[in-house]
Amino acid sequence: MDAIKRYVRSPAAVLGLVLLLGIIAMAISAGHVYPRDPLALAGRPLIWPFSNPRFLLGTDNSGRDIAAQIFYGARISLLIGGAATLIAIAIGILVGALAGFYGGWVDTVLMRITEAFQTLPNFVLLLVLVAVFGSTLTTVTIAVGVVSWPAPARLTRAEFLSLRNREFVQAGRTLGMKDAQLILGEILPNALPPVIVYASVVMAVAILLESALAFLRLSDPNVASWGNLIGLGRDVLRVQWYVSAIPGIAILVTVLAVSLVGQGLNDALNPRLRGR
Amino acid sequence: MRILSLAGRRLAASIPTLVLILIGVFLLLQFAPGDTVDAMMAQMGGGDAATARELRRFYGLDLSVPAQLGNYLWRLIRLDLGFSSIYGKPVATVILERLPPTILLMTASLSFAFFFGLVFGVIAARQFNKWPDTLISTLGLIFYATPSFWFGLMAIVVFSIYLQWLPAGGFEDIGAVQSGVFRILDIARHLILPTLTLGLIFLAIYLRIMRASMLEVLNLDFVRTARAKGLDETRVVTRHVLRNAMLPMVTLIGLQAGTMLGGSVVVESVFSLPGLGRLAYESVIQRDLNTLLGIVFVSALLVIVVNFIVDLLYARLDPRISMEG
Repeated sequence: MDAIKRYVRSPAAVLGLVLLLGIIAMAISAGHVYPRDPLALAGRPLIWPFSNPRFLLGTDNSGRDIAAQIFYGARISLLIGGAATLIAIAIGILVGALAGFYGGWVDTVLMRITEAFQTLPNFVLLLVLVAVFGSTLTTVTIAVGVVSWPAPARLTRAEFLSLRNREFVQAGRTLGMKDAQLILGEILPNALPPVIVYASVVMAVAILLESALAFLRLSDPNVASWGNLIGLGRDVLRVQWYVSAIPGIAILVTVLAVSLVGQGLNDALNPRLRGR
Repeated sequence: MRILSLAGRRLAASIPTLVLILIGVFLLLQFAPGDTVDAMMAQMGGGDAATARELRRFYGLDLSVPAQLGNYLWRLIRLDLGFSSIYGKPVATVILERLPPTILLMTASLSFAFFFGLVFGVIAARQFNKWPDTLISTLGLIFYATPSFWFGLMAIVVFSIYLQWLPAGGFEDIGAVQSGVFRILDIARHLILPTLTLGLIFLAIYLRIMRASMLEVLNLDFVRTARAKGLDETRVVTRHVLRNAMLPMVTLIGLQAGTMLGGSVVVESVFSLPGLGRLAYESVIQRDLNTLLGIVFVSALLVIVVNFIVDLLYARLDPRISMEG
């Protein structure tokens, strides 16, 4: 309860939550507000925003409604961002927990692998994965998740290292608990809060990574994604710059909202660190 | 000397990492649809199966995967990255040609982000919770959320199309053959927008870290001592606080080197710079897997080298590091 009170007291955190809820509402209502396929031709190409009431945000190079693509794009961004974050956090917790709990050679091997992933630039690895497995919605989501797990793994490992010799864990050990019980039932619940807060950073980066991939036309071309639209707008940048500008603002607002919520959660859960 | 041996030991420790990356990516690329010979055949406009078989034998592609991997690693030791069938040159040559713009861009962006991150971070921390702090912190949040490629495009719209102050892309003017100072100035003009674009997100990260670290150090005992000695505030900040507060920022350079290299893939594509990042993108599009693997190797190497330099820098800034040995 205290944490909720502290969260609500921060204007930035509330703003982030409102923005995020707005974007989620857009994603959910996309099918009702724009029942037609967002990638179908809707009207004359390159209508400027606010000049035709039928297309509030105008149309792109091939006459598709930009507003509809923004609504459906919210779905894709949240879906890929959310699913990739889940994958990254799951792998990160698994690797970090095993490395931190067992130490020794398990730790050495797992940390070497983590280091390898961190040494290779994540976007370059993303390019390799897309080159090998193709660029459908599923493969892109998994690929973004696979390049994002090292940081959560290190964080989980650090938490496990500091928790594994605490009294309550030793008590569990003397009670004859199995390793799995100790890891899942005793240590993990205590190690989880900072990892969950960090998930907001992972999600923000995941959304940016996907949009960059889509901008380079290496993501799924068959879905309405903000990055795709920016890439498309690049061809008409000289005059109709709004085609690229509008979806970029959508990405900016989404990433900003996710970061603000994450920061708000962090401040609410660790009141001592407020303002840092 | 101690510093050097310490950093050298960390450098040696990264060799297994490098080998691990190469083996991993090599095995990964075995799953890729099509191999070098397929790409070459497509380049030649097709050919019969006998030619393909002949070529595969010539390039050692008919061997088992472990044998191919062994061959590749053995060639790597002799700094042979293989042959790019798309560019018709050894991969090492192609990469070396593309390396300078990327290194230039990364150095410029890093300097930009580091310097302004430092300055803004110090200002924000000194004016803690007053309006300059709020403004700087808000801008930091917004910069962090801005997709770099989008910022680049908007910068092109404003500075290249409307104001026509700066070129929209390219590394230098191809039309005018220049030399000496004029060529350097020309390249610098072409690099302003890419530098800002790539550096923006790092500026946001650095200023946030610098602000937090300043706030932390400003509360330490030795700062109170310095103030008690009667030093004025500027002296306290520049001589006592800054050096200590900079340590997390220096650490971050090493951690972010990979991210920056990844970011340059996108930025180089936006500004059509002939760099390593653009080469990575092209080799994915053209399925030039040999070159892609070479880029993986070189970029990992680059990250390791940056971390080596950071280790040296860190030891200079904080003598305690080399004492612990």
